[in-house]
Amino acid sequence: MLKFTALRLALPALMAGLLSANTTVSAEETVHLYNWNDYFAEDTLAKFQERTGIRPVLDLYDANDVLEAKLFAGSSGYDVVFPTARPFGARQIQAGIYQPVDKSKLPGLAKLDPAVYATLQDIDPDNKYLVPYLWGTTGLGVNVAKVKEAMGADAATDTWAIVFDPKQAAKLKECGISMLDDATEAFSAALAYLGKDPNSRSDKDLEAAAQVLKDARPNIRYFHSSQYISDLANGDLCVAHGYSGDILQAKSRAEEAKKGVEVGYRIPREGAVLWTDVMAIPKDAPNPAAANAFIAYVLEPPVVADISDYVMYANPNLEATPLLDEAVRTDPGVYPSEDVKKKLFVLKTPSDKEQRKLNNLWTRIKAER
Amino acid sequence: MIQELFKRLHLRDRQLARVVNIGTPYLWLGLFFLAPFAIVLHISLAETALAQPPYTSLWEWVDEGVLQVRLNLHNFVTVFTDELYLAAFLNSLWVALVCTILCLLIGYPMAYAIATAPERRRVILLMLIILPFWTSFLIRVYAWIGILKPNGLLNNLLLSLGLIDQPLTILHTQTAIYIGVVYSYLPFMILPLFANLTRLDFSLLEAAADLGCRPFKAFLKVTLPLSLPGIVAGSMLVFIPVVGEFVIPDLLGGPDSLMIGKMLWTEFFSNKDWPLAAALAICLLGVLVVPFVMMQRLEHRIGGDEL
Repeated sequence: MLKFTALRLALPALMAGLLSANTTVSAEETVHLYNWNDYFAEDTLAKFQERTGIRPVLDLYDANDVLEAKLFAGSSGYDVVFPTARPFGARQIQAGIYQPVDKSKLPGLAKLDPAVYATLQDIDPDNKYLVPYLWGTTGLGVNVAKVKEAMGADAATDTWAIVFDPKQAAKLKECGISMLDDATEAFSAALAYLGKDPNSRSDKDLEAAAQVLKDARPNIRYFHSSQYISDLANGDLCVAHGYSGDILQAKSRAEEAKKGVEVGYRIPREGAVLWTDVMAIPKDAPNPAAANAFIAYVLEPPVVADISDYVMYANPNLEATPLLDEAVRTDPGVYPSEDVKKKLFVLKTPSDKEQRKLNNLWTRIKAER
Repeated sequence: MIQELFKRLHLRDRQLARVVNIGTPYLWLGLFFLAPFAIVLHISLAETALAQPPYTSLWEWVDEGVLQVRLNLHNFVTVFTDELYLAAFLNSLWVALVCTILCLLIGYPMAYAIATAPERRRVILLMLIILPFWTSFLIRVYAWIGILKPNGLLNNLLLSLGLIDQPLTILHTQTAIYIGVVYSYLPFMILPLFANLTRLDFSLLEAAADLGCRPFKAFLKVTLPLSLPGIVAGSMLVFIPVVGEFVIPDLLGGPDSLMIGKMLWTEFFSNKDWPLAAALAICLLGVLVVPFVMMQRLEHRIGGDEL
């Protein structure tokens, strides 16, 4: 009788095995990419293949955790991965996951904004391993009409208070609030709301932040790192804690659907995370030459400009900026003003012990225990 | 002499056949159960490390001929002392129990109806049970999101019928997990029950009726006890995998429904604590062995009764 279950589990694995065997036998050169969901333009990969003859194979993830688990397990089979620089890329460098990029094959590095590229040196001395891909912020996506209806037309929405102040959040509970399922992001947001150092790991501050999150918990519908994109676009959520570009993608999807849903992206005035996602080549990448070729391709201004236009995340390529759509280049959600930029902060890498403490607190908060 | 040789060869063949017959299941068990179990047990006794793979080695040659072995039992201590894991275990067992009972209540009448249907219709009915397997499990669970969400099919239907005036919150609650699990695992209850009930000798029921037993009482006294092996098999097939279920609670459940499958995920992915995840997996196995042994005992007893 147990055969039923065994078969059910074994079949997909078997089929996956057959498929992957197929891809490795084929004579043509391939480059295996492991990237976030919705993080290339529609034709980025097709054009790469047209140009180089290397066939890109793309897998997707929606959380750094998933990527990191595969990298730590080893033999992931990926040639290029796109982790967030802090804290993930930093930790992965420490664990010896990556091989250096071949800078001689990457002339495009010179076009990168030194303000972004050079600031990675504290986690990646000499920029040996990480090449910046795109950057963005973590803020709040709002369903403009529904939030107005629930809170009044004059209520401020560019504040963490709409999630963390139970009085305000209770009004939005019915139409739905979601948060990223990410302990570091959640705690930094709660600490910013309290006006404390968002990177603080002191017991006192973490306790205060945990209390804020606990109080907010009954008003949160779910914790997820990608579900909110379609839910915001469909009007199934009022407020989503999420990544800037994902929320802006939800905004354009809602516009395309023409169902009268208007999504807005807000950078909270108390401060928000500024993050940079990077490209890196795992030590055990099957085809590092193709990986370098792909990174070189992304560093070309027209290529990364197309990506930014499509995914609504800013790129650190100085020559690409003028090539962007006017609407994207001037969108303060993509390229925040200097005033707003001052309030943004970068995450520091917590130690293993601190990370474990954050995650443990986070599991308890989510489970209301 | 030639005859003698043939006889010997024959004997050797038979011995070989016996070895193959008995050896294959053991080889299977060793390869696909014992070896993975040993690996997981090994990891559960290690410590986390910032490396690839992210745990320390259990042994180390320190001096010439001196092998130092470090066994870290702290992970098991954590699993047993942190009430979070205990709560997750209890809730997983509870969900599995509720779903097994629901599957039994829904599945038994269905299996009975199929078993007693005319031959030709029986094939069609069985097909209908098996047909959903032709679609990916993941897609079928995803479909439930579309049905259960606040703006989804079910709520819109109930709203338009005027039965409710506010959308019901079902998605991301434990109720959604029950619905998803019962839907997904119902065939695993029905199929063994059906296999059992088709073998039921219905003349026994006629005999009971002739002796003046009412149909319901005949069901309780005859059908139910005879179908006990089917009930046990079906219940095990539902209960055991549901305890460790990850996909359904992750997609349909809310963050407050702690389940051990999700805890394993958190330890493995978010905390990168493979040793603790492995210790949890070992404990989960321990929890699951208990009902399995109970089933074995029960089957022995039933077998004994029949003899």
